[in-house]
Amino acid sequence: MGFNVENYFKDLLTDDVIFSYKGDISSEVINYILDSVERRTEQDKDPSRVRKKVYNVLVESLQNLYHHVDKVPVDFKDQDSERFGMIVVRKNTSGYHITTCNFITRAKVEKLEETLDKINQSTAEEIKELYKFILHHQKISPKGGGGLGLVDIVRKTGNTLNYKFYDYNKDYAFFILSMWVNALESSK
Amino acid sequence: MESIIIEGTPKTPTVHFDSVQGVFKLEGRSIPENSVEFYKPLVDWLDLYKENPLPKTNVEVKLEYFNTSSSKCILDVFKKLELIHKAKNDVEIKWYYEEDDEDMLEAGEDYESIIRVPFEMVEIVE
Repeated sequence: MGFNVENYFKDLLTDDVIFSYKGDISSEVINYILDSVERRTEQDKDPSRVRKKVYNVLVESLQNLYHHVDKVPVDFKDQDSERFGMIVVRKNTSGYHITTCNFITRAKVEKLEETLDKINQSTAEEIKELYKFILHHQKISPKGGGGLGLVDIVRKTGNTLNYKFYDYNKDYAFFILSMWVNALESSK
Repeated sequence: MESIIIEGTPKTPTVHFDSVQGVFKLEGRSIPENSVEFYKPLVDWLDLYKENPLPKTNVEVKLEYFNTSSSKCILDVFKKLELIHKAKNDVEIKWYYEEDDEDMLEAGEDYESIIRVPFEMVEIVE
């Protein structure tokens, strides 16, 4: 086994972390995370534009986990979490850095990678059009989106999505997704 | 027909669809995990309303946040309003946004470009 989830999580916990969570991503947990981080952005008196963007990115990234994470591998320690995920929120002078991590079956990696690359290679104008296209033309499913969440994150932050897939075993990969909200909002 | 009144929660908006006055309000946060479950009754209600609408329907959307799954459901609500408008009834959608919330303004403009109903973008100045 080439990848250690526990160690990876520990390594993410740098000094600038303002919130971290590892475990089941239930609806209640999402509420708790949103409340905690929202309180922090209010306490810090961040500009409301930054606060709102952070909140939006959190909603979309957490609900992506909620709807799409795969069941954990059988040899993974935490077998109780129905939807296992990790989230780390860092804050420093350049802004907020949000990282989510989850298991994904390897069969799905290629398609997700394609989606992410397509989004990352798009200009701001293309992202806006892509958002409208998905909004207008894709059927609503109970799981939401068709990738709309990721498009929305890029549109609102103006930053690309940083991602990595680590091999976990022959069936599973561990997916890391990082998003930035700039402290001083450019008009991008 | 009866009006719809739903109290808001931290994840779902306050809904006030007044079938007597023809004033439909959606206000607060719309970030539920399952948006379809929340919006389906509203869309169904509008389906009935459109059979016998008032000559003038005023819609006020004043959302602080909405997630992408809500965005599709809100479009469904607007599509029903578009049908009412298309049947030669007066419909206007007022889309509210806070003065520094460009994202919310842009979201309103997205809908305006898709839905053929008169929109008014209203800035909320504190």
